[in-house]
Amino acid sequence: MKKGEKMERREFLKKSLDFIIGGSLLGVIFSIFYPIMKFIFPPKLPEAPQFQVKVGNVDDIPLNSGKVFRFGTRPGIIIRKSDGTFVAFSATCTHLGCIVQYRPDLGHIWCACHNGHFDLSGNVLSGPPPSPLEKFNVKIIGNEIYVTRG
Amino acid sequence: MKRIIICVIFLLIYRFSFAKEDSCIECHNELEGEFKKPVEMMKSDIHYKFGISCVSCHGGNPTIHDESAMDKKYGFIGVPNKKEILKICSKCHSNPEYMKKFNPTIRVDQLELYKTSKHGILLEKGDEKVAVCSDCHSSHGILPPIDSRSTVFPQKIPETCGKCHKDKEYMKEYGIPINQVEEYLEGVHGEALMKKGDLSAPSCNDCHGNHGSTPPGVENISYVCRECHSSAADLFVKSPHKSAFDKLKISECEACHGNHKIEKPSDEMLEPERGICSSCHEKDSKGFLVSQKIYSDIKNLKDKIMESELILNKVYKMGIEVSDAFVMLEDAKSSLINARNLVHSFEIEKIEEAINEGLKICEKVYNEGKKGEKEAITRRKGYGLSLIFFIILIFALLLKLKLREEKTL
Amino acid sequence: MKKIINSTYKWFGERIPLKELIDFISKKGVPIHSYSYWYFFGGICLFLYITQVVTGILLLLYYKPTAESAYESVHFIVANVPFGWLIRSIHSWSANLLIGAIFIHMFSTYFLKAYRPPRELTWITGCLLLYLFLAFGFSGYLLPWNELSFFATKVGTEIVGVLPIIGKPLKIFLRGGEEVSGATLTRFFGFHVAVLPGIVFIILGIHLLLLQIHGMSVPLGMKEEEVKKEPFFPNFFIKELIGWLLITVILVSLSVFFPWPLGKKADPFASAPAGIKPEWYFTFMFLTLKLLPQKVIFIEGEVLGVLIFFIAAIFLLLIPFLDLWSKKEKRNPIFTWIGIFAVLYIIIMTILTYILPGK
Repeated sequence: MKKGEKMERREFLKKSLDFIIGGSLLGVIFSIFYPIMKFIFPPKLPEAPQFQVKVGNVDDIPLNSGKVFRFGTRPGIIIRKSDGTFVAFSATCTHLGCIVQYRPDLGHIWCACHNGHFDLSGNVLSGPPPSPLEKFNVKIIGNEIYVTRG
Repeated sequence: MKRIIICVIFLLIYRFSFAKEDSCIECHNELEGEFKKPVEMMKSDIHYKFGISCVSCHGGNPTIHDESAMDKKYGFIGVPNKKEILKICSKCHSNPEYMKKFNPTIRVDQLELYKTSKHGILLEKGDEKVAVCSDCHSSHGILPPIDSRSTVFPQKIPETCGKCHKDKEYMKEYGIPINQVEEYLEGVHGEALMKKGDLSAPSCNDCHGNHGSTPPGVENISYVCRECHSSAADLFVKSPHKSAFDKLKISECEACHGNHKIEKPSDEMLEPERGICSSCHEKDSKGFLVSQKIYSDIKNLKDKIMESELILNKVYKMGIEVSDAFVMLEDAKSSLINARNLVHSFEIEKIEEAINEGLKICEKVYNEGKKGEKEAITRRKGYGLSLIFFIILIFALLLKLKLREEKTL
Repeated sequence: MKKIINSTYKWFGERIPLKELIDFISKKGVPIHSYSYWYFFGGICLFLYITQVVTGILLLLYYKPTAESAYESVHFIVANVPFGWLIRSIHSWSANLLIGAIFIHMFSTYFLKAYRPPRELTWITGCLLLYLFLAFGFSGYLLPWNELSFFATKVGTEIVGVLPIIGKPLKIFLRGGEEVSGATLTRFFGFHVAVLPGIVFIILGIHLLLLQIHGMSVPLGMKEEEVKKEPFFPNFFIKELIGWLLITVILVSLSVFFPWPLGKKADPFASAPAGIKPEWYFTFMFLTLKLLPQKVIFIEGEVLGVLIFFIAAIFLLLIPFLDLWSKKEKRNPIFTWIGIFAVLYIIIMTILTYILPGK
């Protein structure tokens, strides 16, 4: 009798072990395939923004004005000159890193921190900045303004 | 033999032609100590490089090879006194036609300016202790200010002015402080110039003037600081403080920021009880209440920025990508800088505009941080769940193996 | 259900030698002795390589191999793609574990003299795989286009350039030009996802085939026919599976708690940050080159260093033909000591690279 019971118990254990193996195996397979499935379907924004940043529309920037925009992790400044053309630069002042601005009354770029002045080619006109502002490229496609690294 | 004779003749001609050029240099070069020093220093002197030598300043006859070269009849004046030095230097340096030949853009108004300076005024009255051209520029071995070895190179100027102005004994009779250089070096401008090497930082001459050096008048201090700090100066000039300070003869920027030991401005300067505002504004007066509001607004934004930075750092350490949020936070920091600058206007509405802009950004950043926190916890929960499946499977398989081995035994 | 399995089995059995295959697998045995545990490392290498291929293909869905977009696309994967952080970190961690496992696998087979006849070809293909995977590591490291990878590649290709005669053309071939640039990135990408996988597919295939043909080698002194064996299926297979599950747990844990950093985007015009080092598995060679004197008799120190490692690589390949004693089942202490020296040298030099004050 005891042997029979033992055999039954053994069978039961073996079956439940197989069941446990099957169940946990399913769990493991799910843990592997679920992330892969979610990965292969693209997120809402399907790709990284190119380094080509859209700054805005031509109509939105009046003549003789400037606008600071985000260029990747750095600030940039785009200026529409009085003749309608666009120029863009890195907006980080080369002196101590403040963000520059466009002065319509002066017709050139100015840094408020220590009174540095830059012309519309990025060169230093006066003040403490030791070197010119990095120039970016501006592309106009239709009514849209795109800025890329120079 | 012929060749040797020709060589000797050439050598003698050469030697004597050198002697024809400059007996001063030749003789003094043979001497020792303080008589030889000027010759050594002249080697790097900018005048010497242009062919201007001892005679141009000291007179004498450079072709005579003995002590009779130093005779009054040749215009020899030996070591000139202060008033003589002025005349000697300005003989050329105030002559635009002459200076144009060497440097078309060099200024020629130094003497004119000097005459308006404290040094110039005192010298006119007969004070021989004051600084004159050679005291700052040195007498032999003069170098242009852009040469880093020059005594008037920006980083060398505090030392040059300090030669007299730090000397207690020397300055005793003038009754002015002697700690300016020391204080300047401890302040932000001194640190920027001397430690960080920012040559655009002001040295003594940038605020006091080079040749026309005078302590700026009380109403003019803001114009001096304005040269670089134009934004703060503009705001100040338009603020109610300008007329008030001028009326009470309080020296504008200097009153709050100091003159030589300009400390890095801190928000604590605005603190109602211990800050600067309360030194004029009585407790509970209008001005006092405004300063209280400004202080609490700025402190609030600063705290919010730190809070956002803390959560972003925490979340970054947990493995979440938050570089975009960090970039957004930089904008908030810019708003804080802007607000701090706007303090000079003492207009609470303007300041609060900048503060609110910063607070809006902080809120967005903080939310990004919170989102990241949630994501990090979700990841760890998912990891934990799948870990359970893995561990169960591993143990179950081990057990199965053990059973199999028992079976085969 | 059973009927479907049976008929499927019958259908395939008429077209491919299914019975013979199943017979073979069921008869396959794995020797049991005190060194049996080292047998797992081959399978671990295989598993990690499979992981690399799978995660690599997944990353390919979003990665952009140009200087302007590479860094941003990796950032995109980590920040925006669901589980992108996991796939990317697993790929980076697995690469490091794989190289470590390959070295362990190589040294264990070396010390157990598994290269004895008839397994010489298995050893040779194995060495070739080691070199190919080092190339995988070197080319893959550049792909995120961050500061560390840019300068590590610059230094690494510079060292290749010191070889006499072939050095300069080889450097230009690797860099796709005089300097490390977007052209280098494109080229390394090509090597990493097409050329190297293609070559590895063939050589790994040969390596595994030879393994099936010859079976597992036994330590010196034992006889293959007499040694106790356990069935490959299911015993050894389950043990190997457990090993693979453990490695997966390790990989995922590393990815969750120590995610692989993005770093700063590479700027070819910036100066190199202090203390640039290659990946850890190259550091023992890197430190050797740094410590060699400028000139050794008539050869430049660096050139001598590169030549020494080149010769060592060839020596490694030819071990089965140099260790004549092992053929006769005799132990030779020289080869054992050479092996111990190599292991200690690699470990000590690697550790030293990280604790010595940065030069």
